[in-house]
Amino acid sequence: MLADKDRIFTNVYGFQPWNLDAAIMRGDWDNTKDLMALGQDAIIDVIKASGLRGRGGAGFPTGMKWSFMPKESKDGRPSFLVINADESEPGSCKDREIIRHDPHKLIEGALIAGYAMRARAAYIYIRGEYIREAEVLFAAVAEAYDKGLIGKNASGSGYDFDVFVHRGAGAYICGEETAMLESLEGKKGQPRLKPPFPAGAGLYGCPTTVNNVESIAVAPTILRRGAAWFSSFGAEGNKGTKLFQISGHVNKPCVVEEAMSIPFRQLIDEHCGGIRGGWDNLLAVIPGGSSVPLVPAAEIMDCPMDFDGLKKVGSGLGTAAIIVMDKSTDIVRAISRLSYFYKHESCGQCTPCREGTGWMWRVMERMRTGDADISEIDTLYQVTKQVEGHTICALGDAAAWPIQGLIKHFRPEMERRITARNGGGEAPMMEAAE
Amino acid sequence: MADAPKIPDEAETRARWGAFAWTAENQAKADEILGRYPKGREQSASIPFLDLAQRQVGADTSTQGWLPVPVIEYVARQIGVPYMRVYEVATFYTMFNLAPVGKYHVQVCGTTPCLLGGSDDVLAACKNKGLSKGHTTPDGLFTLTEVECLGACANAPMVQINDDNFEDLDYDKTTAILEALAEGKALTPGSQIGRRDSCPAGGPTSLVAMVDENHDYRGEWV
Repeated sequence: MLADKDRIFTNVYGFQPWNLDAAIMRGDWDNTKDLMALGQDAIIDVIKASGLRGRGGAGFPTGMKWSFMPKESKDGRPSFLVINADESEPGSCKDREIIRHDPHKLIEGALIAGYAMRARAAYIYIRGEYIREAEVLFAAVAEAYDKGLIGKNASGSGYDFDVFVHRGAGAYICGEETAMLESLEGKKGQPRLKPPFPAGAGLYGCPTTVNNVESIAVAPTILRRGAAWFSSFGAEGNKGTKLFQISGHVNKPCVVEEAMSIPFRQLIDEHCGGIRGGWDNLLAVIPGGSSVPLVPAAEIMDCPMDFDGLKKVGSGLGTAAIIVMDKSTDIVRAISRLSYFYKHESCGQCTPCREGTGWMWRVMERMRTGDADISEIDTLYQVTKQVEGHTICALGDAAAWPIQGLIKHFRPEMERRITARNGGGEAPMMEAAE
Repeated sequence: MADAPKIPDEAETRARWGAFAWTAENQAKADEILGRYPKGREQSASIPFLDLAQRQVGADTSTQGWLPVPVIEYVARQIGVPYMRVYEVATFYTMFNLAPVGKYHVQVCGTTPCLLGGSDDVLAACKNKGLSKGHTTPDGLFTLTEVECLGACANAPMVQINDDNFEDLDYDKTTAILEALAEGKALTPGSQIGRRDSCPAGGPTSLVAMVDENHDYRGEWV
């Protein structure tokens, strides 16, 4: 188990106050000026050396992302840092804990990251439904302004940096970085075509980097303790500590910070009191939020929880939102409900996603009851392949993958339902198409 | 869209809301909001302004609030964009109510993590209290909506009622919450099984020292 002294989010459960005085006692805002005095390029080098990969799902190296920002403005356009707190991926609930219990880690991280990438301000885009969490964040930002930690001459560093909080209003798609920029500009959250990439033309047409809350909030601690400390956890290419969020059929669902690459079994046994009904009762796990394919019990049990380990079993770490399903689960319904989610959240811009998510959900509902033909499983699979990769953003892919995972691993269950409904064992009745 | 809300009669809403304007208190908030965005980028305030307007309508009507067309027009004038630019935002985001709702907007999360945790029981409890999806109860007290993931998955199943979350629910706890609201009793938001937020039930498996004191771990760093 990760030692408590090596945990970054020490107030993750909120046993202690979130306010500035308490945060300072825990070590936040401790001589931030000195960290900034390292210099912009040196900060980026430390983040690169730490091996931190983006915590929002894609796992792109954070230091490298920062280095894409222009070192000087040739045409007078300012640069912006946008922090993605639109945590809407089903299963994910980690940014919420950071924001309501350790907001000053995020604000200090915003200053350091913004300084390193030469941004003039940070916008924290928090999802609209996090109402109480946003109240805490607004208050924490106001405290930091009052003490001169951000604003003009932030923390006495001579650098001017503003932090603004922007509340969304309930749209999963705004977690996609360019949709978030559209939403910040006051429009519908419909993703933009790339290129141009945000680092060239993002918010208000200015160079912009979009980072997840966790990626930003860990930066100050990495600088204080050094890249070597952070990279001492986790397997090669998957360094650091990570907030895991376990929901579903475990005895004690929770959010917990652990070392990357921790085996699934150890994570569940040490922090969640085991699988409900014991390990033999485990059916399948969605290891990284709703967008990644499910993994059957046998393959996940001893799998290291990191980007590469989960890729090997045909899934992904995503946001490390682990949805556990035991053998009482109606697996087809569980995935069909995700299809409904994507149908509901499709922004409507690209035809394959707008039409495809609704179609896939309707067919999945028939699969749930078995009111289908065996051959329709293949048709469904083909349609997921036609949605995947044919849309501006990854929501189409995200809608396709859970269904593909279901067909790959639970095809016999789908066929059993169809056969049972059609009269058990016999060949399905042939009917004319409507 | 089959589940699109029925927009109320235009002439009636115009008579009721045609003179909508910020209250003095909300005018100060609106000025503060505009200050967050660069000059010439006032459109960025569309979502915060719609939220503020919905809350003001809510305060006027003792409900969670909604967005009558004249109110959306007012917001468009405030940020200097055509009505359509704000109307499309109001219809795009799920938190904006396009039709009146009850005093308590009961938003039950039904996405898979909550489904696994027992959101069927939560919805059944709502149904047995006379709530039905997409409708307001005749007494104007409750509107029920099944919403998509609200980001409290480690505390599933959950419901958001106006601004507060109620988490770790089951059939009986949901019934008790609805009854308490109907009787006007005070409730404690958050986990309903007495655990601390997303901490494992029965006490933390890590950071035990934080429970009783604001522990500073820096002394243990090597």
